[in-house]
Amino acid sequence: MATTYRICPRSGLQFDTEAEKLMRFHAVCGVLSLLVGGIMALGVILTRWPAVHLLSADVFYMVLTAHGIDMLIFWIIFFEMAVLIFASSTLLHCRLATPKLAWLSSWLMVLGAIMTNVAIFQGESSVMFTSYVPMQAKWHFYLGLILFAVGALLICFIFLGTLVVAKAEKTYEGSIPLVTFGALTACIIAIFTIASGAIILIPTFFWSIGYIREIDSLMYRVVWWGLGHSSQQINVSAHVAIWYAIAAIVFGAKPMSEKVSRTAYFLYILFLQLASAHHILSDPGMSSEWKIVNTSYFMYFAVLASMIHGMTVPGAIEQAQRLKGYNKGLFEWLRKAPWGNPAFSSMFLSLIGFGFLGGISGVMMGAEQLNMLIHNTIYVPGHFHATVVIGTTLAFMGLTYFLVPVLFKREVLFPGFAKIQPYLFGLAMYIVSLVMMGAGTLGVSRRHWDMAFAGAPMAYEWPGAAYLMMGLTGIFGVVAIVGGAGWILQIVLSIFFGKKLEEGEIRSTPIPLTLPPPAPAGAAHPPATPGTMVLALIFLTAFILYYFVNWKYLSSLWGLS
Amino acid sequence: MADNNDDVPVMQKWLDNPFLLLFLGITIPTVLYIVWGVMEIANIPVAH
Amino acid sequence: MSAILPPAERLWWKQPIDKLEFIWVAIAFVWSLVMFGMMIWWHIYGNQNLSNETYKTTKEMFAAKAQAVVDQYTVRTETDQQVPVVKPPAGSDIYLIGRLWAWWPIYELEQGKTYKLHLSAMDYMHGFSLQPQNINIQVHPNYEHVVKITPTQSGTYSIVCNEYCGIGHHTMVGRMYVK
Repeated sequence: MATTYRICPRSGLQFDTEAEKLMRFHAVCGVLSLLVGGIMALGVILTRWPAVHLLSADVFYMVLTAHGIDMLIFWIIFFEMAVLIFASSTLLHCRLATPKLAWLSSWLMVLGAIMTNVAIFQGESSVMFTSYVPMQAKWHFYLGLILFAVGALLICFIFLGTLVVAKAEKTYEGSIPLVTFGALTACIIAIFTIASGAIILIPTFFWSIGYIREIDSLMYRVVWWGLGHSSQQINVSAHVAIWYAIAAIVFGAKPMSEKVSRTAYFLYILFLQLASAHHILSDPGMSSEWKIVNTSYFMYFAVLASMIHGMTVPGAIEQAQRLKGYNKGLFEWLRKAPWGNPAFSSMFLSLIGFGFLGGISGVMMGAEQLNMLIHNTIYVPGHFHATVVIGTTLAFMGLTYFLVPVLFKREVLFPGFAKIQPYLFGLAMYIVSLVMMGAGTLGVSRRHWDMAFAGAPMAYEWPGAAYLMMGLTGIFGVVAIVGGAGWILQIVLSIFFGKKLEEGEIRSTPIPLTLPPPAPAGAAHPPATPGTMVLALIFLTAFILYYFVNWKYLSSLWGLS
Repeated sequence: MADNNDDVPVMQKWLDNPFLLLFLGITIPTVLYIVWGVMEIANIPVAH
Repeated sequence: MSAILPPAERLWWKQPIDKLEFIWVAIAFVWSLVMFGMMIWWHIYGNQNLSNETYKTTKEMFAAKAQAVVDQYTVRTETDQQVPVVKPPAGSDIYLIGRLWAWWPIYELEQGKTYKLHLSAMDYMHGFSLQPQNINIQVHPNYEHVVKITPTQSGTYSIVCNEYCGIGHHTMVGRMYVK
């Protein structure tokens, strides 16, 4: 099928027209899911805020189920499909493989998302994001997830197909760009994720309509987490790719070393999915050997990879800034960064929050024995709001500020709000994550309607500090929701009412990418990055301290063997 | 020039091959996490 | 010349690595190995390792075992529901049932003595969360998990359920005494 190509006058990027429409479609579906999930977030936060305690128990659990699924599955995977299409067809200057199938897959995803949401809001499928058996949801809850997953799987294959087309039609020279390589990592993890989901959700669907008598609860948990956790590893790969992309777009930053960054991604491909075992550490029946090998991503090789990305992204920015002359002292490059550009500030807050809050807490709770301290406490959502909200969602929001003019050809409205939005949303989320982790350290349960245990014959009384932290979760949760709602409103209004921008040249043939001439021999070395190294060492110090403080805490518990 | 890739290091060739990466990225977690995990569950003894 | 373009040098694998970047990779690698070793070290020298001793069981079989211990060692009952308070001899096997929406029975244990705590659920999954100790264990139906516990401090402890188990989840709190 013949398509056309548009050269964006603002970014110089070349868009296959069909791929461009698909990207817009997925971005819009993602934002709609975020909207539903965000409204649900308000219900969740206003109920867990002890002084407010808004909803009744049955509505709370329904709302919490919808919040989890709309955010952790629909919002991020819709957006990631847009990223896959962008990283393949746009960055490789290539037509998208099989656009008709891509449209079919996209509609399948929409159908699945609607079906699952309908099941949840009918009220008899309040089984949480994890839908652990033997608690049963309605059949269309599972079927919706399966349809969504099939659609997403097909788009993963279209991504791979587009790589093949680009290579065959020679639209680029040499290796694929680093960002595309990151998207490839996300795609591979997505395929494993969806396969695990299929293995467990298809029998569970048949169980819900009575064709299968029983699903083993331990088997369900082990295989389901191959879906539940790995789906969040798609995010990690995707948002790290977006960090590299934003560093490249805003600063023209060049990766410090293609070899190191790609090797780090390679470690993700090999080992990141093993972390699904993080959820099984306090379960019976699995051996410690299985737990240790899997929970540590095979000797922490994926943590090593994240620590590498965490240094090379700011390192690349430091190099680019120093080349522009911001050379004074350790941190002039950072002080003189464009803190008012929401694409940059979102990306940087995402990077710091993901590392310091999400990364350190994730590794701590992923240690086999330490997991007992926080398993099923609100520490766990504290951790993943740092990874998925600060890490992934904030990075996606930042990229969207860039995409509105480039992809939707509209100017972003309310530039003043755009300047502060990443701080409002991001910093409020920093606090929410921290206080949730604090309450979790005191033992407060996740997925729990009433921390006062109203009606329990032998109620337990949480310490006052736990109430304080849950109150702070409520207050800053609301602030974060204001920041998130403001973003949705701003983006939607900009897409409909923003000033129309020039479309750019439309061509019937793509322009292939060509390599620039090699740098002359003896060209200047890129500058050293002492500032980034100092930041990295501060990170490492915090990491080591927090890690061992928790072992000390563990050693004070009752003996267990 | 284009197809003369004899000088490309082995590791770079691997990383440039998406289907090799796909194979590894599916096989390793399937074996270490899923298959090993399911075997553990299957081997749990019965209480008496 | 950037991350969204193909690498400028065709043979990028042969490009030298920045010195600071290399040092950071080396540090991160060593730290990864330390953390890996830490879990194994704790299995050898630490006192808090979750047992993996587990059996497949049935709800009826587990309930019968728990009932036998309750019948033998109950010293009194508590609350309107007449929950038995059970004082088993030190070192014995004790059985805790998680069901909608209670932990049953209440045990009275001796400080410093070791007990074999058997955990199982009668319906959905439940979460054993001992407070204010903060020991959290997943409890499955049809699996009997045997955990050796040694209470080191005396007091009254609560067992909160922290795995979502339906509309009455928040009322599922049990108790344990250590004297």
